[in-house]
Amino acid sequence: MNKPMERLYNGIIKENPTFVLMLGMCPTLAVTTSAMNGLGMGLTTMVILAMSNMMISMLRKIIPDGVRMPAFIVVVASFVTIVQFLLQAYLPFLYDSLGIYIPLIVVNCIILGRAEAYASKNPPVASLFDGIGMGLGFTVGLTSIGLVRELIGAGTVFGAQIMPSSYEPVTIFILAPGAFLVLSMLTAAQNKIKMKAAQKGKEIKIGSGCTGTCSSCSSCPSGKKTS
Amino acid sequence: MQELLMIGIGAAFINNVVLSQFLGLCPFLGVSKKVETAAGMGGAVIFVITISSFITGLLYEFLLEPMNVTYLQTIVFILVIAALVQFVEMFLKKVSPGLYNALGVYLPLITTNCAVLGVALINVQKSYNLIEGVVNGFATAFGFTVSIILMAGIREKTEHNDVPAAFKGSPIVLLTACLMAIAFFGFSGLK
Repeated sequence: MNKPMERLYNGIIKENPTFVLMLGMCPTLAVTTSAMNGLGMGLTTMVILAMSNMMISMLRKIIPDGVRMPAFIVVVASFVTIVQFLLQAYLPFLYDSLGIYIPLIVVNCIILGRAEAYASKNPPVASLFDGIGMGLGFTVGLTSIGLVRELIGAGTVFGAQIMPSSYEPVTIFILAPGAFLVLSMLTAAQNKIKMKAAQKGKEIKIGSGCTGTCSSCSSCPSGKKTS
Repeated sequence: MQELLMIGIGAAFINNVVLSQFLGLCPFLGVSKKVETAAGMGGAVIFVITISSFITGLLYEFLLEPMNVTYLQTIVFILVIAALVQFVEMFLKKVSPGLYNALGVYLPLITTNCAVLGVALINVQKSYNLIEGVVNGFATAFGFTVSIILMAGIREKTEHNDVPAAFKGSPIVLLTACLMAIAFFGFSGLK
């Protein structure tokens, strides 16, 4: 497999940020009230991740080691601001429904994690595809969680009625507690699969996308688990 | 005065930062194993968010708005918060070693706590003035502290319970958070 394809595969399947690495939990829980919101948030994050990865990779020899974190944050924050303007102009409905979570992409640990773990050590093209792959993985995660919540909580998928009209929507799934419930079930299911695999003697190897520098991740129980 | 009280109760309980806005989940899940550490984290968060909502409010009102560069808010706020946390750490170390020892470990973790940036942005979004912004910041952080201490208390109690193997670790914590979020729904009647 050539390099770009390998990075895409790595981001979407092998190191999927939502299901395997469990990074960026705040937006994952907050915006997945519908599949559309999940998709929009995922794609927005993907664009920012890809652009900032490429930019940081191009600047990696210029940025002094001591101030690299603030420098990364400035690069990411600039792209977030640009994307926020674009969304406001061309996709105002998405801008309204994502609201405050768009500027908060700056503190999403997936982005700083990839900048630190991959983009600051690798050439621009590979970093770009690493960003796209990770972003797509994030999109897949968010969209599928949004799909489940929207289907159970409102009986629709992407706004189209799926369930028969006799179905009474379980509204709590699109409210705050539903987010915790769905994520809890998903991680439990994942643990179950891992335990089965461990019994068979197959060790599922998980690489950590987050080195110790991302302090918010290292405080996450899930972040610790994978490292 | 009544308006400030409404903002405070709203931010602390009705729109609880963790349980209904999903900000600051990392420390909420990560530093909630013991009540003591949870209280330490909560104290540090109250301290930093109150100061940062004051300073970002000041910057927004007297620098960004007069110069018509409000679109730079995300960049400015995140840099100010990062610098502020560093500064607070150094200042505390020098002036009040006791407080520093109590909060010190948690301070660096706060820069990436999205609740700090979140509060600064919410203040701008809801166009709060300086005092309202500070009240909102303090109340939000207070709500965070209440929920993280409650969470730690529950986790201490359930630590030796016999949970199904697949639910050990983060799934059971998330499930607890789910039940707490349902309980906090009760506060929405206060509106």
